[in-house]
This record gives sequence, structure tokens and C-alpha cells, in this order.
Amino acid sequence: MRIALFATCIVDAMYPATARAAVKILERLGHEVVFPSGQACCGQMHVNSGYLQEAVPVVANHVAAFDTDDYDVAVAPSGSCVASVKHQHPTVARSCGDKALEARATAVGAKTYELSELLVDVLGVTDAAAQLGSFFPHRVTYHPSCHGMRLLRLGDRQAQLLRSVKGIDLADLPEADQCCGFGGTFSMKNADVSSAMLEDKTANIAATGATLCTGGDASCLMHIGGGLSRQGSAVTTLHLAEILASTAEEPASVTGEVRVSTGKAAR
Amino acid sequence: MSTFLGMPSLPVYGTGNLFASESFPTAAHRELGNAQLRANLGHATHTIRDKRLKMVAELPDWEQLRDAGSAIKESVMARLPELLEQFEENFTARGGVIHWARDADEANAIVAGLVRDTGETEVVKVKSMATQEIGLNEYLEEQGITAFETDLAELIVQLDHDKPSHILVPAIHKNRTEIRDIFLREMPGADPQLTDDPAVLAMAARAHLRRKFLSAKVAVSGANFALADSGTLAVVESEGNGRMCLTLPETLITVMGVEKLLPTWQDLEVFMQLLPRSSTGERMNPYTSLWTGVTEGDGPQNMHLVLLDNGRSAALADEMGRSALHCIRCSACMNVCPVYERTGGHAYGSTYPGPIGAILSPLMTGIQAEENNSLPYASSLCGACYDACPVKINIPDILVHLRSVDVDSKRGKKKLPSQMDAGMKAASWALSSGKRLGLIEKGLPLGRLVAGPDQKITKLPGIAAGWTQSRDIPAPPQESFRSWWAKEHRKPDTSSAPEPSHEKKDQP
Amino acid sequence: MSAREEILGRIRTALKDNPEAPQIPRQYRQTSPLDESALIELLVDRLVDYKAQVSVVDAAGVPARIAELLAGAHSYVVPTGIDAGWLTGLDQGSGDSRRRLDSTAAPLSVAELDGIDAVVTGSAVAVAETGTIILDGSPNQGRRAISLVPDHHICVVKAADIAGILPEALRRIDGTRPLTMISGPSATSDIELERVEGVHGPRKLDVIIAR
Repeated sequence: MRIALFATCIVDAMYPATARAAVKILERLGHEVVFPSGQACCGQMHVNSGYLQEAVPVVANHVAAFDTDDYDVAVAPSGSCVASVKHQHPTVARSCGDKALEARATAVGAKTYELSELLVDVLGVTDAAAQLGSFFPHRVTYHPSCHGMRLLRLGDRQAQLLRSVKGIDLADLPEADQCCGFGGTFSMKNADVSSAMLEDKTANIAATGATLCTGGDASCLMHIGGGLSRQGSAVTTLHLAEILASTAEEPASVTGEVRVSTGKAAR
Repeated sequence: MSTFLGMPSLPVYGTGNLFASESFPTAAHRELGNAQLRANLGHATHTIRDKRLKMVAELPDWEQLRDAGSAIKESVMARLPELLEQFEENFTARGGVIHWARDADEANAIVAGLVRDTGETEVVKVKSMATQEIGLNEYLEEQGITAFETDLAELIVQLDHDKPSHILVPAIHKNRTEIRDIFLREMPGADPQLTDDPAVLAMAARAHLRRKFLSAKVAVSGANFALADSGTLAVVESEGNGRMCLTLPETLITVMGVEKLLPTWQDLEVFMQLLPRSSTGERMNPYTSLWTGVTEGDGPQNMHLVLLDNGRSAALADEMGRSALHCIRCSACMNVCPVYERTGGHAYGSTYPGPIGAILSPLMTGIQAEENNSLPYASSLCGACYDACPVKINIPDILVHLRSVDVDSKRGKKKLPSQMDAGMKAASWALSSGKRLGLIEKGLPLGRLVAGPDQKITKLPGIAAGWTQSRDIPAPPQESFRSWWAKEHRKPDTSSAPEPSHEKKDQP
Repeated sequence: MSAREEILGRIRTALKDNPEAPQIPRQYRQTSPLDESALIELLVDRLVDYKAQVSVVDAAGVPARIAELLAGAHSYVVPTGIDAGWLTGLDQGSGDSRRRLDSTAAPLSVAELDGIDAVVTGSAVAVAETGTIILDGSPNQGRRAISLVPDHHICVVKAADIAGILPEALRRIDGTRPLTMISGPSATSDIELERVEGVHGPRKLDVIIAR
């Protein structure tokens, strides 16, 4: 299968190791990965902040980059960006009265998948250790991000994949379904409430005794990791793609207060 | 549209207790500082949340009930003028009198006039959001009429000269000791030995109110539902104070928003399954009263209904927002909301707090009224409210819609763009082209310089300072994924075909 | 323009996009498969859960059970239309001096009702799944005030009147009658969400299910 990677702006710029991990996983399964170079961002920050006009060119750019027959399915390592592509893009197009863009956005959305969704539903991954060689001997807790959970209805796909990683010690996160408080510009506009939500999330993470918190959304992980770092916690965050890509021969790097993805780490 | 004599009536925004008088972040900052409040709220919201989940899980057809409820309400909005006329005809035929109120002031004046006509100066009241919204108690007091709240929580709030902070459990922000102290201070004849046992406190309230119930000549209520095909009204309650008010007095004045209608008796079977489980987490609330006009020899013989617009027509005019009027005031959305859980209801200013309040208030008042434009931002868009809503109001989508209404309402009006405006414009430029983003990403190593040796950024200026208030930002990587990919896949042609994988398959 | 005309006009203007009224999907349950004994069992379970006292007796056992429950009452009220047979356990010779009768034609005052310990009524229909009893003001149930003011409500539910789920129950009653739906004794959870049974309505609810 020919799979187009939508890296998402935050992973592209801040967490390239996550995207590289996604590529590794897909290639290990024997698929061909392409990276449409015109891609940039899904635009949900604009939409969610009320800047619909400003979102239009961002959405149009994404549609232009992905509206090709050059690939079979698209995948992104982020539930909220996929939810935006699927649910928000047609709405944004409609809001500016662009029927053609709406139709193309809908078509792009229909073949865009979140990583765990693609792995489980389309590529039939049920056992990460056996099928991907995933090996990760650490105590890990898992935060299911809101948009994956409630907009994409990912259910336990991500958790199931994690559970099938060899060596992993997966600790249940208390109140896992509670939002970490990120919410895009919410974290700045309502910084106090956002911080209070984050405090509870990091306290719950600490209570698990895990050395690492994983999830499927880089932005939530950046938020949680940023909070842990500020609190001086030794717990770090790591995207689920990097855990799945980690093998005995090539283990993922898990050191550093805030997960710092240097260019060399995963090579 | 048909032709009217003269100008058609335009929807008008509401008045009364629908406004945030300070911005949500400011109010939230203060409320968050109240540790007692946060502890009470955390306990209360978690308790109701769990009860609700348990009760919902009992029904095999919960989602089908939600689908029906949502469609019924959508149909009510589409057919509202016709249903109101049908309801009016039926209610009037059964001996009731209907009054129409354009706004809070008009509704208050109608109720005060009706009370004055009876010659009474006291009324008993059943908990009602509509009368809270119009500020009826305060208005009646100015007119020399005393209104006694009879719901236990409303009584607590009234005795404490406070404001409700939750639709269903208005005193959710107070704990038992605080309530005991309020009773000792404000309740005439309270036993000085009163303990803080909830059962003891409830009995004190019973004793306090019983004389009022037995002697009251006039009651004021709200209504949960009104059935268009029969003219029937319904009040859903727990304590029996509702039955007391609806049954014993000679005159009953009900105040109800125009959106509360249901088309038929059959529709009640849907909503009486949705409401109790969603609100108190019970299979059924202890008491529901239904009455259709006047019944000779049973209950009040003078029956009035005030039908209230007060901004509902304005909310209805917003095609994207009108489904906020589907709300049946169950409060499930606030019980699951992580923002409400931490700030409580007072931070929202309006009578309607929580996620539903954050959309309903600005829809009813207009986004530019007072500080109501801060309300749609009081959400991380986590979506828990939409999942919990028994009539499937897509609150996150409406929040986002209202944010865009807010942003658009300010376009071209400001002399200087705000930091947010400027940032969004710049980001739109940068993020609408892979090339431009790639160029900007060339500057990532600069961020590493800013981050310094500990590889984290701890202080950002301007609006981004909100982030670094409690969070670091990791130092950016040496290079973006895009740049890495380009190097890895540098090929004579521009195609993005991958190199053969370096990985061994079938590991380990 | 009157407020009525103006409000209706505003609403019509608000709906100028002519939204369509959707078809109502009614895929939710309309009936329940339970037989009479299962219905009784479920109703008992639900009533007990909400702190009502329940007894299940044969129709012939109703008078004795009522007499037993009223043993400590100084006075009680019944609607004039009550099934006369239910009271036979209370009548010794010339009837029961504790009994007061109430009807729309000859209603007791609120003050009189306040001085009465208990009330005995029938019921229109019950909902097993939710533990709900519905009174519709028929002659054997009387005015709403009589089942409200006295502190102890004894309510007889005939097994044939038990519906499984709410839609079935509501189909059996006339919605325009004065209706009271009762699910357990009055209760409040207003203080720290702790449920307290017995506030303003009868603090004690006894349900007699007659097979």
C-alpha cells in the first residue's frame, strides 16, 4: 500500500522523531511511505480560535497537498489533526462558500486515518511485538487524548497496540478520560484553568509510578511534558509511534527532562 | 416570508441575569483560588458523574432515546410558531390564561401584576431557571412581594443572599458545615443545637417551609415541558416542594421559555427517560407533576402561564447555534466539564453556567454584550459535554462557531490588531504553504539557542506567557522532519518514492 | 403590536431559512418482554432501591396488610372512590373512627389534612423499570393534596396495572388528567449530593402490590 504521511506541523517542527517512527513502522509492515511536500498544517488552531477566514488558506493548502491519486491512504500521528481534516475542513470550505473545496476536503478526509486506526483497522496489526518487533522495557502510562477518544472514537486501539509491545509495563492512568487542559489557545487564553487541569493530569501520571507517559497526540504530550518538566518531575513523555517503532536493536531514546527530539536520536 | 403589515419583527436579545460582568479568565482566576470550593465541586461533580454513567448504562436503548430526543427538539424549533399557537389554544380551552413576555422586565411586571391582583404579598416558589434568568425574586421584593424559594438548595442560596452555581444543585459550592452555619444565622427559629448531618438539615428546612406551604395562596413555578397537543405542563422534582406549590395554593403562575414545548404526549416518554438519568443520575426523579389547565376541585383554580422570549428568538435566528435551545436543563454537561469542575458556576456570570451556559448566554444576549464574548473560550473543546448531552447538542461545535462570531464582530473595528489577531494572520501565512513552513523551520536551531544548555524554554512573552506560566517548551530539534525527509529522499526526479527500508522486517 | 404578535413575528423571522422538521426516529423500546411475575419482581427491586417499603400480597390479603400498616395511625384519609373491599380489615362493626373521607365535592382543608397521619390510595399504572407509580386523580386515588400532605402514603398497585417501561405506562393513561408520578418517598441530594429520604412530600411510602 502507498501511504501518504501527514506529519502535522507540530511533529514536523518539534517532534521529527515521531514522524520518523511512523515511517519506520509502516515500512516495516512492507508499505511504501510518501511525504506530500506541499503539506503544512491542518488549521485547527485557527478554526478552534475563531479565525475561520485565516483557516481557509491553511485548509486549502492541505487539500491541495493531499488531493491526489498518488497514494492509497493518508495517515497522521495525531488524533486531533485527523479529526480536523475529517470534520472541520469541509465546514471551513462551506463557510467560505467554496463548494469545490468542500467536496475535495471531504474526499481527502475520507481517506485520512489516525495512526492507530490505520494500523489496527486497515493494516491488521494486532500484536506489535510479533508484527513490528516492538520492544520497550519500561513502565508506561497512557493518556488517551480527547479528540481521538471522542471525535474519532478510537476506543482502545491505542491501548491494545501498547499492550502488545514486548517488555512494556503498562500502568492504568487514573481519570484517563479527563482532558489534560491543552485545548490549543485555551492554554493561553484561560491559562489558570488549563494549568489546574494539567496539575491534576500530572498528579495522576505521577501516581502510576510510570517513568513515561505516552499518547497519540504530540500536542497533548507537549503540554503534559511541559508541565512535568516545570514541576521538576523525572517522568517524560513519548509518542506512541516511537514506542511501537522501538526494538531491542534500536531502542527509543527516553532520557531527558522534556523529550528532546534531536536530529540524531533515531538514526 | 409572507408579507406583514409594516415591518416584520426582528429577533431581539435578552435582558436579565444572562451576562458575565467580568471576563471568564478573571472570574475563573478568583474562583480557582478558593480551595474549599474546588474540593466541594470536585466531590459533587464526580459523584453525579458516576451515578449518571451507571444509570445510563442500564438502558439498552440510550442512544436511540438520544436520537429521538434530538430530533423531537429540532422539530420543535422548526415548527415553533405553529406549536406555540396550538399550545395556547389547548391551554386556554382548559381554563388557563396565557401571557406573552418579550423580555425580563415584561415578564416580571406580568407576574407582579398577577400577584397583586390576588391581594397577597407572599408567594412560594418552585426552583425555576426562567425566573432566575429574569431576576423575578429581586423584582418582586422591590414591589413589596416576598418570594420564598422552597427547593432546599435554592433556600440555602436565598438565605445566604448568594447566587446559584449549578442548574440542578444550586448550592453545590457549599458543604454541610457552611449550610449549617447559614441556617443558624438566617433561619428564624433554627435549633441552636443543629448538627451538620444532611438529614437533620433537611428536616430543619421541612419545618421552616411547612407553614409557608400550608398557608400559601400563590405559587410561582417554572416548567420542564409543555405539550402542544394537549396544553399540559410538567414539573420534575424530588423533594415534594414542587407538588406543594403546584397543588395547594389557589393561584399558580408558571413562567416558561417559549422553547420548552414538546409536540405530543408521546414525546414525553422520551424526555422522561432522558432527563432524570442525565440530571440526578436516577432512574426516575421522586415526583413529576403534570397538569392540563384547571381541574375542578383539585389544585389551583387560577392558572397563568407567562411565555418568555427574552433572547430566545435571537438564539433561534443563529442557524449554527439554535440547537442550544434544545437544552432541557439537565446539567449533565456541567457535571462532566473539566472547566466547570474547577471554576464552579459563578465564574460564568449568567444564570446558565457550564458548557451550555457558555453557548446559551452569548446566543441570547449577543456576543458583544458585556463580557459574554469571553464565555465561548471557556472550554478546551474536550467534547465530554457533547457525549453527555441527552439531546445531543454539539456544544464544542457551537463554541467554535461563537468564537468565530466574536472574532468576526471585531474585524476592522480595532485600531490595532491584537497579539492574537496578528499571530493568527502570520500563522495562516506560514502554515498555508509547505515551502514557507519549511523555510521557517530552518530557524529551529535558533530556538535551541534560546533554550540554552538545559534544553527547555521557560519564559515566553505576550499571550504565550500563559503557556509558560506552568509549562516549559522543549528546545526545538536540529532539523524538521521535512528537512530530514528531503535529505533522505533526494532523488534526481521530484517524486517522493522512498528509499528501500533500512530496517529488517519480522523483528526481533 | 401585542407581545404575542411580536414574539411570534420574531420567531418567524428567526426561522426565515425554513429549517425542515425531521422525522422522529423512534427506535427506542416500545414494549418490554417481561411477564407478570417478572414485572412484580422488577418493580419491587426498584421501589426498595428508592427506599419505599413494599409488600406483595394476593388481592384478598390487601385489607389485612392495610390494617397492619395503619395500626399506629391516629387518623387516615381515603378518597371516597376507594375500593371498599380494601378497608374491610379496618372496619370493626360500625367502621373505623380514624377514617376521614375526601372528594372534590367535599374536600378536606389543607389544615385538616396536615393533622392526618396517613393516606390510602389506589393507583392508575406503575412502571417496573423505574419504580414509578402514577396517580391520575381517578376516584380511587382522589385529589392530589391527599396523597401529599399526610406524612405516610399507603398506595395499592394492582399487578395488572404494572407496565414494564415508561412508554407502555404512558400509553395507558390520559395525559390531560392531573397526574403525579411517584418514585419512592420525597428525597433531596442538595447537601453534598448525599441522598436524604423524606423532605416535603410523605416521608414514608408503603406500596402494596396486589397479585
